[in-house]
Amino acid sequence: MSKEFDVIIVGAGHAGCEAALAAARMGCSALLFNINLDSVALMSCNPAIGGLAKSQLVKEVDALGGEMGKIADRAACHFRLLNRSKGPAVQSTRVQCDKQLYRLAMKAVIERERNLYIRQGLVENVIIEGGKVSGVVDNTGFFYAGKMVIITAGTFLNGLIHVGESQHPAGRAGEIASISLAENLKELGFEVGRLKTGTPPRLRASTIDFSVLERQDSDPDPQPISFTTQKLRKERLPSYFSATTEKTHWLIRDNITKSPLYSGAITGVSAKHCPSLEDKVMRFPDKEKHPVVLEYEGLDTEEVYAKGLGNSLPLELQEYLVHSVSGLEQTEIMRTAYAVEYDFVHPTQLTQTLETKLIKGLYLAGQINGTSGYEEAAAQGIWAGINAALSVQKREPFILDRSEAYMGVMVDDLITRGVEEPYRMFTSRAEYRLILREDNATIRLTGKGHELGLISHDQYSDLQEKMNRIDAGIERLKEKKIYPVPGTNERLTEMKTASIKNPVTLYHLLKRPELSYDDLKALEGWEEIPDRFVKRQIEVEAKYEGYIKRQEESVRKFKTQEGKKIPRDIDYDSVPGLSNILKKKMCTIIPTSIGQAQRIPGMTQAALTALLITIKKMELERAQAGKSEKSLQSQKNTNGAVK
Amino acid sequence: MATEDTIAAIATPKGVGGIGIIRVSGAKAEEICHLLFRPGKDAGPLKNRYLYHGTIISPETDKGIDEVLISLMRKPHSYTGEDTLEINCHGGPLILETVLNEVIKAGARPALPGEFTRRAFMNNRIDLSQAEAIIDLISVKTDKGLNLALSHLRGDLSKKIGRLRESLIEILAHLETAIDFTDDDIEPVPYAEISGKIENSTQNIREILSTYREGKLYRDGLNVLITGKPNVGKSSLLNRLLGEKRAIVTSVPGTTRDFIEEAINIRGMPVNFIDTAGIRDVNAVVEKEGIGLVWEKAESADIIIVLLDGSAKLAGEDLEVIEGNRGRKIALVVNKSDLPAKLKNRELEKILPCITPLWISAKYGRGMDELKEKIYVLACDNDDDFGSDIVLTNLRHKLALEKSAELLAQAGDTIKKDLSPELPALDIRESLDCLGEIVGITTDEDILNEIFSKFCIGK
Repeated sequence: MSKEFDVIIVGAGHAGCEAALAAARMGCSALLFNINLDSVALMSCNPAIGGLAKSQLVKEVDALGGEMGKIADRAACHFRLLNRSKGPAVQSTRVQCDKQLYRLAMKAVIERERNLYIRQGLVENVIIEGGKVSGVVDNTGFFYAGKMVIITAGTFLNGLIHVGESQHPAGRAGEIASISLAENLKELGFEVGRLKTGTPPRLRASTIDFSVLERQDSDPDPQPISFTTQKLRKERLPSYFSATTEKTHWLIRDNITKSPLYSGAITGVSAKHCPSLEDKVMRFPDKEKHPVVLEYEGLDTEEVYAKGLGNSLPLELQEYLVHSVSGLEQTEIMRTAYAVEYDFVHPTQLTQTLETKLIKGLYLAGQINGTSGYEEAAAQGIWAGINAALSVQKREPFILDRSEAYMGVMVDDLITRGVEEPYRMFTSRAEYRLILREDNATIRLTGKGHELGLISHDQYSDLQEKMNRIDAGIERLKEKKIYPVPGTNERLTEMKTASIKNPVTLYHLLKRPELSYDDLKALEGWEEIPDRFVKRQIEVEAKYEGYIKRQEESVRKFKTQEGKKIPRDIDYDSVPGLSNILKKKMCTIIPTSIGQAQRIPGMTQAALTALLITIKKMELERAQAGKSEKSLQSQKNTNGAVK
Repeated sequence: MATEDTIAAIATPKGVGGIGIIRVSGAKAEEICHLLFRPGKDAGPLKNRYLYHGTIISPETDKGIDEVLISLMRKPHSYTGEDTLEINCHGGPLILETVLNEVIKAGARPALPGEFTRRAFMNNRIDLSQAEAIIDLISVKTDKGLNLALSHLRGDLSKKIGRLRESLIEILAHLETAIDFTDDDIEPVPYAEISGKIENSTQNIREILSTYREGKLYRDGLNVLITGKPNVGKSSLLNRLLGEKRAIVTSVPGTTRDFIEEAINIRGMPVNFIDTAGIRDVNAVVEKEGIGLVWEKAESADIIIVLLDGSAKLAGEDLEVIEGNRGRKIALVVNKSDLPAKLKNRELEKILPCITPLWISAKYGRGMDELKEKIYVLACDNDDDFGSDIVLTNLRHKLALEKSAELLAQAGDTIKKDLSPELPALDIRESLDCLGEIVGITTDEDILNEIFSKFCIGK
């Protein structure tokens, strides 16, 4: 390949695929590498997409024209709306997928993309020329020229798998690790850390006694993740609930020294939100049992994912462990559980576009930045892909702030606060979560996707038309009043809601938590709305109104802080009263605004004030310099005139 | 630090000048003016940069609080570059405080220390040389000033706020866990339990508020101890200050048996005087008890009047008294200026440099006004306990605590209505932000840490 690519993507996982597709669809020639083309878009751990706070990310990716939601819908065989009993802002869709269908569907999509070149290969070096990326070299020594390089290496950088005392280099069970690239990144000067993650065993379905387990079926009214999905497949797979027993716990306690997590063999930091079974048993000794959820890995396979049994114990113990769980007494393990340690690049070394500050044109996305989760990876992937393409095209970068998207929250957290353990999205990380909902992701971002050229005109105008109907629906409800007359109040009582004493609008009535839009059917002035999306938006708008206003007020304050830019050439040594620790942090993070600086851990009010004053001083100096230059200029001119 | 807030503060240092100025800056300044100010005569719409005479009223009662002169300076032609209202009050500090309270109720918030200057700076109302001066000032101050916000807090309050924050973080963690994890992963804490915790915390805030409601000085008053050797005229002085005869006065030393505590009002500030029994008669049992109490009181006094006899030479007892109070806030007062002087100022300077003695005659009431002024100036002296900021700081704390309690109560109501947890969570988060404002701490990571330390998360 003698041609120069606009964007080269190293790793075709969930981040890499989105990055490659976004760049290619924005008109860039892109080259996507994977060590093995049969493991493109592999779901390495659980067989599900979405979930709390994660579906928000997937729907945002979808609204920007990404693929994850669409593919998940195509491969989905179990649907659940989580937090159904809670408010719409914290509800999330989770779908279980057939892993093979998912992988093949994504592979088919990238293969159909005209601008996208796909190559099986192991990239070993990033080539730099004059502080800027110029391409990559594979393990055969072949050079591929590229203007931008995005590394989406997942857990492959110096990946090391642990099962009991046995350890071997691997990026994923059965796949070679990326050792040279990890070394290369360190040589280039990146500060690198080490994290640990793991995966539970896969069990053979025909050896599980499902009859003693609690069964959970897919929701009867499945909702797709993607806004564009029209129809879903018909096959459904159930999940099953079991739990660990006292025997499980003493097995672990008695053998804890055999766990590499406790023997000291693993130094990588694991995520507190996703503890291994060893951790759960040791850290919470009072708990008598821990939940185990069994989920099919696909329609056409016996493999069952045993959520809750993740561990890194030796094989013979894993057998005992599985057999100690009710329903699994006779169960065969098909794939053993394991822990994997890998290198990550401290994400405070990235700019808001996920480009590294050290090397122009080099972007990082996904687990390499210290995150965990398919959805977190996909969101960073599309973000980096879009920005790499914009950079090739010399256009303004694409950045969403914390008030616009979960993606914006995540990227800001990563580059401002850094990562100490694998970072997972939570709704509690999003301070404006009442306005960042999965139900309005498309309203928030489709317009932006359209501007970028990733959303078709038809899809965008379709959405605008829906939004008009939402506004009209709200207007109508605000106009229609009901009165405290006997007939109306009887109907309200039938609807199991309090009667009224004063006239109220239907909109006001809809604010009651127990009432949905369709519940108002019996009342005068109600009109049917067939579009579920439109109806939902009207409900949410009514129910959250006061809270949404409060959040919008906070957003306004937030935006003024974000608007106060910090000049690139600020000299932190000249800022009085900055402690050395803070100075060092500022020099690494290089915050772009006062708002971002405020979020740096350890920032003080005094330091912020000093920073503001220094910036102002720089402005004044500049203004004065400009003035004296002008007066010098005009003096020259007058002199000239005299001559 | 949101610059759109309208801020207000007492702009004049206490104890200087007969009037006090309240400065209000920000977009709401004019609105606040219309709400609170009633012009003396109908002057039509208020003109820019004109002085108007009138009354500040309390909109709730429609009663006048103080006769004032006000001026409105519309942006950008004001000190801060924003719309600015200045209210010149005539009353003492209590009145100033009352007016400031009304201004805040009308929509302003108390200014942070130095905030007016910072706004002036941000709105280009200061030139480069002034900017550099400010930078220098910060450089000097920040070494010891970085923790200023924290050290301003009395240790007690800081600890109490810390505990409150912990309990709110725990409540929030309960709610957030129910949101961020499914029932498969965790067992949510029942609303009834959370509700009880919210009530507890609200109660705790209310308790702090009840002890911290107004500026300490203006609520509890200032304690002034009058001390000196027997028969130096302590009781006479006290009687003079109180305006009527209270203590028994004879020329027999030690005849004041009980310590006497009486309050007068100096410029709106209640001042309690404590008169000591004579130091000499320590043998008498009755007096011993009296003396014990006196010393306890004396320990807690804010200002010490060391009273000397100008008609006698300095005695060992006088020196004892002086030495015993060295390092405290001392008003050195020489009594009996009506008799021929045997005590020289020069002598006193050697013992207590930097303190100018005030000569009075308690018998004839000479120098009483000067003494009151001296007490007031000492009270307002910029020192940790009586810093001109402290009342303001208190007010800021008070408002933050009130807001915090209000939000908590709101969260409690929402929970009682059995609404979805993200709604009370927003209230509690904002309530925590209010507490964080007092101690200068942010919250986000704390909550996730709490979740993971307390709950076993499945998967």
